[in-house]
Amino acid sequence: MENLLLNIKDLKVSIEEKEILRGLDLSINEGEVHVIMGPNGGGKSTLAYTLMGHPSYHIESGAIEFDSELINELRADERAKKGLFLSFQYPEEISGVTVEDFLRTAKASVTGEMQGIISFKKLIKEKMELLEMKEEYATRYLNVGFSGGEKKKNEILQMSILEPKLAILDETDSGLDVDAIRIVAEGVNKIRDNKRSILVITHYNKLLDYIEPDFVHILMDGKIVKSGGKELAMEIDEQGYENIRAKYAN
Amino acid sequence: MERKKTYVEDVSRTIYDIKNKFDYRFKTDKGLTPEIIKEISKEKNEPQWMTDFRLKSLEIYYSKPMPTWGVDLTDLDIDEIIAYIRPDADMKTTWEEVPEDIKDTFERLGIPQAERESLAGVGAQYDSEVVYHNIKQELVDQGVIYTDIETALVEYEDILKEYFMKLVPPTDHKFAALHGAVWSGGSFVYVPEGVNVDIPLQSYFRLNAPGAGQFEHTLIIVEKGAKLHFIEGCSAPVYNVNNLHAGCVELFIKEDATLRYSTIENWSRNMYNLNTKRALVDKNGTIEWVSGSFGSKVSMLYPMSILKGEGARSEFTGITFASTGQHLDTGTKVVHAAPHTTSTVNSKSISKNGGYAFYRGLLKVAPGAYGCKSSVSCESLMLDNISKSDTLPIIELNNDDIDIGHEAKIGRISDEAIFYLMSRGISEEEAKAMIVRGFVEPITKELPLEYAVELNNLINIELEGTIG
Repeated sequence: MENLLLNIKDLKVSIEEKEILRGLDLSINEGEVHVIMGPNGGGKSTLAYTLMGHPSYHIESGAIEFDSELINELRADERAKKGLFLSFQYPEEISGVTVEDFLRTAKASVTGEMQGIISFKKLIKEKMELLEMKEEYATRYLNVGFSGGEKKKNEILQMSILEPKLAILDETDSGLDVDAIRIVAEGVNKIRDNKRSILVITHYNKLLDYIEPDFVHILMDGKIVKSGGKELAMEIDEQGYENIRAKYAN
Repeated sequence: MERKKTYVEDVSRTIYDIKNKFDYRFKTDKGLTPEIIKEISKEKNEPQWMTDFRLKSLEIYYSKPMPTWGVDLTDLDIDEIIAYIRPDADMKTTWEEVPEDIKDTFERLGIPQAERESLAGVGAQYDSEVVYHNIKQELVDQGVIYTDIETALVEYEDILKEYFMKLVPPTDHKFAALHGAVWSGGSFVYVPEGVNVDIPLQSYFRLNAPGAGQFEHTLIIVEKGAKLHFIEGCSAPVYNVNNLHAGCVELFIKEDATLRYSTIENWSRNMYNLNTKRALVDKNGTIEWVSGSFGSKVSMLYPMSILKGEGARSEFTGITFASTGQHLDTGTKVVHAAPHTTSTVNSKSISKNGGYAFYRGLLKVAPGAYGCKSSVSCESLMLDNISKSDTLPIIELNNDDIDIGHEAKIGRISDEAIFYLMSRGISEEEAKAMIVRGFVEPITKELPLEYAVELNNLINIELEGTIG
């Protein structure tokens, strides 16, 4: 039996008075992997930020239901506690706060349980090994002086420690070389199970060589214009967005 | 959506603001005249040369104009300031003998406890005079001297004659002249050649009287190859009249010697803090300044390092925290006067609730000082839209063979950074606190432990519900 995890209904979102999402519908069941593809400026990142609760993105109408609860009004921290996670396209640098201290605070906050220093050290070490991250990153300041690839790996590290119900990966593959994409994809595949869901937002389909999607959606001009299986990603790859637009958008 | 506004709490001043009854044994009239100066000198039983020095300084004081740059000093009326107040106590070497109310004050500030736990010696000044001084016997046995300037003037008159206000002469500026005229109390430290004082000495300055000035003098001489860490802490309760602090610090660091000088200044918000600090560093010697400015109404404070000997080094680490009604004009000056000298400046400031933090720095390299290295970094963080911050780093280079790095940043807490942390389940208040704590982290780790705790407590965030 399939349980609905995320249900977006006729979502309209604007930023600085400009409407970006114009009636978007999307449903994700527990355990599913969805991919949203689309040209730049089509609303992909807006969707990611809106789902996470960025205060600059205003929901004009429509509903976001997560785990059977309307979350339109929830703050980002409340959404994180409910099990939402966003892997940022451009993660922020936070000087003076180490990756380990930050993640321990975050984990305690999300789970509502204090995290022992020693046991947490062990956990982070384990997860870092899986992502082929050097141990020293745990004691470095959050994203400060990290390369693009290291920042993305650090996002996946956070995801694997916080264990969200729904992870949104916003252009996590952009700027990564083939090896890094493989490692990131393995990290994502590790948290996949029949409960956790993943929403991959991407411009290209490189990541799909490693992550098998259940559904692929095309987001254009603020709406999902076409949904299908993996073959849809192939179609985009072969024909390009302009042809796709002519074919599916009215 | 209900939005909550957060703000960073002020320094909790509770313990600092407890006033004692204004008891004194002797005090001068308000204002400054040669008669008052003679009276102070007589009260202190000083040698004639010191009386003359004071009177000469007073003349210089009158001949110099008030500074017109930096902070606004128009409300500071020296004629309303009491220059000298002898507390109703003599200097003691055991804590039990210090009068009860004065003892309570310092107990509340944690001074004797700090001595028991982590210090090699402690001095405590109350208004114009030092009321307590103690130093571990093993240091005395090694020839280390730690006493107040008055005692030094009797017991080590020759040293005083040689060093006193030679590095910061009364002609330096108006408040140096004022200091020369009315100085009282402070610390004299002498560390003989090769002696390593491995646990810190600490002096604590407390100004209890309303409308008074505190003009303590600190003179430290660290001889060849010797090492010292000196900590000074300052506070005062708040009054509705202006108080003035015009101290003077002179540090002499000889060949291969090292001095770390840490200051935490937490004066009340009615204090004019116009302090002069200077270090003269000989060959391969090192001065390390650690400076925290949290209090006062206005501050002008720019500890200066003169790197006089080849290979001398200076390191400055400073944090300034300005809130409502505060204008803190702080920074540092470095003069590279010899070849192969190096300096590092790392300054951070936070302004909030309308506070104004100004970084003013000078880096000067003399013509013959080739092969010098310097790196200057100053960063300011403004926590809201009504607070201000500025930086004015002046660099004066007189030769080409120099390696200099300079970086200045002024900014606000970024909304994107807050959102990033919140997306990991961290509340808005905690996210802000984390960012501010992270900002000062490189400084807090340099502070003496109890002050690092104080600084972190000060970055407690309080939630205030408002409809937005």
